[in-house]
Amino acid sequence: MAKITFDGIEVEVEDGTTILNAARKIGGDVVPPAMCYYTPLKGSGGKCRACLVKVTAGSAKDPRPMPKLVASCVTPVQDGMVVENTLSPQVLEARKGVVEMLLINHPLDCPVCDQAGECDLQNFSYDHGTSATRFEEERRTFERQDIGPLIQLHMNRCILCYRCVYTADQITDKRVHGVLGRGDASEIGTYIENVIDNDFSGNVIDVCPVGALTDKTFRFKNRVWFTKPVDAHRDCPKCTGKVVLWTRGNDVLRVTARKNEYGEVVDFICNECRFEKKEVADWTIEGPRHIARASVISANHYELPVINPQIIADLPESTTKELNLIPRPY
Amino acid sequence: MGVKILTEHINVPGINTLETYRKMGGYRSVEKALKTMTPDEVVDEVKKSGLRGRGGAGFPTGMKWSFLAKPEGKPRYLVCNADESEPGTFKDRVLMEKIPHSLIEGMITSSYALGARTSYIYIRGELMFVLRILEKAIAEAYAAGFLGENILGSGYSLDLHVHPGGGAYICGEETALLESLEGKRGNPRNKPPFPAVQGLYACPTVVNNVESIAAVPWIVNNTGEEYAKIGVGRSTGTKLISAGGHLNRPGVYEIELGLPVEEFLFSDEYCGGIWKGREFKAVVAGGSSVPILPAQLFLKTAEGTPRVMTYESLSEGGFVSGTMLGSGGFIAMDDTTCIVRNTWNFARFYHHESCGQCSPCREGTGWMEKILHRIEHGHGHMHDIDLLVNVSKQIEGNTICPLGDAAAWPVASAVRHFREEFEWHVNHPDKATAPGAVYRGAEDLAFA
Repeated sequence: MAKITFDGIEVEVEDGTTILNAARKIGGDVVPPAMCYYTPLKGSGGKCRACLVKVTAGSAKDPRPMPKLVASCVTPVQDGMVVENTLSPQVLEARKGVVEMLLINHPLDCPVCDQAGECDLQNFSYDHGTSATRFEEERRTFERQDIGPLIQLHMNRCILCYRCVYTADQITDKRVHGVLGRGDASEIGTYIENVIDNDFSGNVIDVCPVGALTDKTFRFKNRVWFTKPVDAHRDCPKCTGKVVLWTRGNDVLRVTARKNEYGEVVDFICNECRFEKKEVADWTIEGPRHIARASVISANHYELPVINPQIIADLPESTTKELNLIPRPY
Repeated sequence: MGVKILTEHINVPGINTLETYRKMGGYRSVEKALKTMTPDEVVDEVKKSGLRGRGGAGFPTGMKWSFLAKPEGKPRYLVCNADESEPGTFKDRVLMEKIPHSLIEGMITSSYALGARTSYIYIRGELMFVLRILEKAIAEAYAAGFLGENILGSGYSLDLHVHPGGGAYICGEETALLESLEGKRGNPRNKPPFPAVQGLYACPTVVNNVESIAAVPWIVNNTGEEYAKIGVGRSTGTKLISAGGHLNRPGVYEIELGLPVEEFLFSDEYCGGIWKGREFKAVVAGGSSVPILPAQLFLKTAEGTPRVMTYESLSEGGFVSGTMLGSGGFIAMDDTTCIVRNTWNFARFYHHESCGQCSPCREGTGWMEKILHRIEHGHGHMHDIDLLVNVSKQIEGNTICPLGDAAAWPVASAVRHFREEFEWHVNHPDKATAPGAVYRGAEDLAFA
């Protein structure tokens, strides 16, 4: 076990844990943002540089500070390490720089983007960005590429986090896409315009932090904050069948995998569940999905607060139980 | 005339053949190491020599070797980084082309010290003719029993391969090199783990520059102590400097570290002074990735101390008034040089060569190049100059590999030392964009 101090908070984690995951153990606002790191994907991380932190003491044995900011998602902790994240002006400055760099070529077409409301870059730039850009030059644009009937690739929006490449490599049995080109000319592409057509290809949509890969069966059908997410499952021979149904009225508009609080897929789902099962009758509904109140997705959801007897001490227990039994409007 | 370690026999006719090389005392270190020394003793000699990596970073070679992990059941590798591609640096090419057996001898001795049974020379793909020379020399070494099974009856076996790279600058970064060597896209890896723990094929690996490895035979033959006597302080031994630019005698020179820069620049033994007797304006002392220095700051530090050719002396003053010895790619510039154009040219290179893996480097190198293009072509604004510095700061230190720093330092240092030249370009676009236009202070304009 290693004990580290992260933004003045002490936390004990297993050896080999990364600084980012140590911070996630603390949780809340101190957790560095991550655009490319994705826990289920081996080898991901270190690329976007959004999670840079300052290590002011390397370890108890060697308390020297690390000379440069380090990517917290790929740097393992050491016992006695002291890390500054929100407390370091250098880190915040670097993060502002990263937002600016990422937004150089990422168009702010949030009003017409299917990822709006679920976009990690939107959240990241809201938290760390500035209101104006200093970039005056022409931006990078790409020709539209057809990669099949299920997934829309919008390369202009890609921030080259490599998540979809790792997903295709590790989750699917047939990878036909990767990163082509170099520097700011690099792009996600299927070599000589192939179609992405394997049973788990839809997962690249879920892992994309921006709107570069979107679901063709959902495109332009609705804004995410007008839909209601419910947890559901079905017996699926290919995957766990545990999904989130994004509904409006009785219509299932979209099916996605379930994600944790850091936007990471818990169980990857197959294409049959994602693209073909669009009837409520196909699913066993488990109940409403909890959405963080800060999220725009919760804007049109009227989840009743759960009464916590520890907070309202005067309320008799029988009353709180009764209140909690009131059915939710889903 | 200084001591020559690497280039003593470089002009001997036929030195590229095993026969002549052996006549000049070649492969003695292999015999000595394999027959009379343990691997640890060889490592100790290199440690004692104080030899520092000649690829640019200057990390102590012996210390790097001693970091190599010793896991059970896993092979260890020595990889020679011959992917020399820094603009202004062309020293390794000369060594490999003229005296290839010195590298092969160094590879055998070093591999023995590190316990490597298979070693690689990763060479820049454009140098196909050098690759052929090395392959021929390796074949000769195999035939003579210096490579292969049971070398010289010592029980030690080694296979040596030459591997051409794809011609990407980033493949000179050690982890990108390993990726490329493994047959993958040449993207740098995140560190840790370092190659000494998890390198080629996830096995412990040492990556050394050609010049560093070629120095090992001399160290083994003459002892580390003798090597450490050459040079000054922590900068021991000799160093190859590839001198280019506006010099009377450009070329590759082997200097003893500690040589006064003035002597190196102006004596006839080395560079012979500035071309056509023109005024010395600026220098890039260690390859295009190091900060550019104005002439007066190169010859003497900000404190007035005369500089000598050592890692320490050249970096005196930090990034405010110092630079780096780096890879030894020495580019001198006379007063006909436009610093803005030169900086733009460097920026173009780094923009083109960025692998695109991490966002500050991918986007920032292109941004800097575009701003510099604008300024150079008469479309710049005054605020662009500060913006350049700011963008370079956003890249510096925030990237996966040092290419980000390499792109940022020349730009930041050029603005720091030659700001008025940038301002002149912005304020007088018509004059600055005239063919051959160069800013000359009060004269304002001159034609080459």
